[in-house]
Amino acid sequence: MIHGLTQLTYLAAAALFILSLRWLSHPKTARRGVGAGVGGMALAILGTLFAPEIINFSWIAIAALVGIVIGVPLSWVPLTAVPQRTALSHAFGGLAAGLVGTAKYMIWFQHGELTKFRTGAIVLEIILGYLTFTGSLMAAGKLQEIVPTRPITYPNQNVFNLGLLAIAIGAGVYLTIDPYLPWAFGLIILLSLAFGVLLILPIGGADMPTVISLLNSYAGLSAVAMGFVLENKLLITAGALDGSSGLILSIIMCRAMNRSFTNVLFGAFGQVQAVTAAGEAKTAKSATPQDVAELLTTADRVVVVPGYGMAVAQAQHRVRELYDQLTKRGVDVRFAIHPVAGRMPGHMNVLLAEAEIPYDALVEMDDINPDLAQTDVALVVGANDVVNPAARHDKNSPIFGMPIIDVDKAKSVIAIKRSMNPGFAGIDNELYYLDHTLMAFGDAKQVLTDVVKALSDEGTGH
Amino acid sequence: MAELDLWSMLFVFMLATFVGFQVIQNVSRLLHTPLMSLTNAISAIAIVGAILVAGEEESTATTILGAVAVAASMTNIVSGFLITDRMLKMFRERERKP
Repeated sequence: MIHGLTQLTYLAAAALFILSLRWLSHPKTARRGVGAGVGGMALAILGTLFAPEIINFSWIAIAALVGIVIGVPLSWVPLTAVPQRTALSHAFGGLAAGLVGTAKYMIWFQHGELTKFRTGAIVLEIILGYLTFTGSLMAAGKLQEIVPTRPITYPNQNVFNLGLLAIAIGAGVYLTIDPYLPWAFGLIILLSLAFGVLLILPIGGADMPTVISLLNSYAGLSAVAMGFVLENKLLITAGALDGSSGLILSIIMCRAMNRSFTNVLFGAFGQVQAVTAAGEAKTAKSATPQDVAELLTTADRVVVVPGYGMAVAQAQHRVRELYDQLTKRGVDVRFAIHPVAGRMPGHMNVLLAEAEIPYDALVEMDDINPDLAQTDVALVVGANDVVNPAARHDKNSPIFGMPIIDVDKAKSVIAIKRSMNPGFAGIDNELYYLDHTLMAFGDAKQVLTDVVKALSDEGTGH
Repeated sequence: MAELDLWSMLFVFMLATFVGFQVIQNVSRLLHTPLMSLTNAISAIAIVGAILVAGEEESTATTILGAVAVAASMTNIVSGFLITDRMLKMFRERERKP
């Protein structure tokens, strides 16, 4: 069907895609990986354009141009907006799969060529494609804060949502048995679109890393389903690579929160636990930027724990200035990265890399935790739940069991925070009330600017 | 014939999933954000299917569906590869003191 040359380009493209991901294993070879990916993509597109089925190139050219015009500016977004961009691109991926599935159904319907196998594969493709489309749009909206980031819940939500999905799947099975039923096809599309929206409504911002990874996986699987529809092994391969990547990331994210998929998707985190021990009056010690600067200069080892607050305040460049000031004085500064800090996997690493902090100063949670007892100052910048000691011992805490960065074990702790309001999940953080914790209140960027200023003033004073 | 194809496709799917698991487990956690944007660009290989639908001239409706799918995939290819490269350029090692 597809002639030899095209198949040869597909074969080469599949190999290049695998190499591309392989080279991503280390920052040193990673950019070569992008090159391999681009090469594979270019080969596959060229090979396809040679296919004899293609009669008219004008629509393809116009559409490709539109894609370039949208795509280039989308790659310029500030790195704090990368989670939104990623969610948006999952939406585009889902949309493409859904539309191609719809078009293939229409074409084969016209020609009377719908087999059970083709219809079944199309049903899978459009369910995954359209639910990824609307679900990812919702996720992007929440990340951009166009849609409220708080979980939106209503009674019997899970029963209702799963009911919709069950009807869609039921209609899909029915359609597979009897493919010539356009109404069933339309119903599946509508239900999948609706299910995508409803699936994301109850999910809160803190769960976004897992949800983005899951949607990534769905987008990949929808490409796999498209591969089965079009009997194209390159699509199956590339989709499977994307699907397994998304799945691995989701598993890592879930483990880092000690939660299961079902709990993330159907648990409506952040809504259930509004109760905190309000009885005991606890006091936190507050500190001025000058106090912070002073404490930091007396330290030998400092560990900085960044969180979503750093991204919101765009404070990564101030963090870098602080890093420079301190390393200049011979202080050992490292960064402790929790897997779910931020709004997508690896979010903090990218922000700190943007601020030109060398990547060998970024240390994963499991590697840094043993060192915290020997750390003089742990500086928490906009992180909250990932440093809450309640996760270790308080069985009533909703985050009990979640692995955390043990900042409370450091000799002293400084937490930069806008106010004493509990974080996203609405959980009180006992870290702030410890004897050796100092709170520096204010916008992370402003506080750090003042700290850096205090440090440099002192530096010139000598 | 069709049945044989189904089985070979399932084989490809199974093998590619295992390769994916192996390769991606080796990706440094530092690079998980670029990983996601790169796999995203790669899975925009869906453009291959979209091109076929858009170029077949079956009907106006399917041509439009295909063209929109080409545009969506192209957006992912262009922005995905560009932003991955932009991010990767930022990862630098500590300068070793002489």
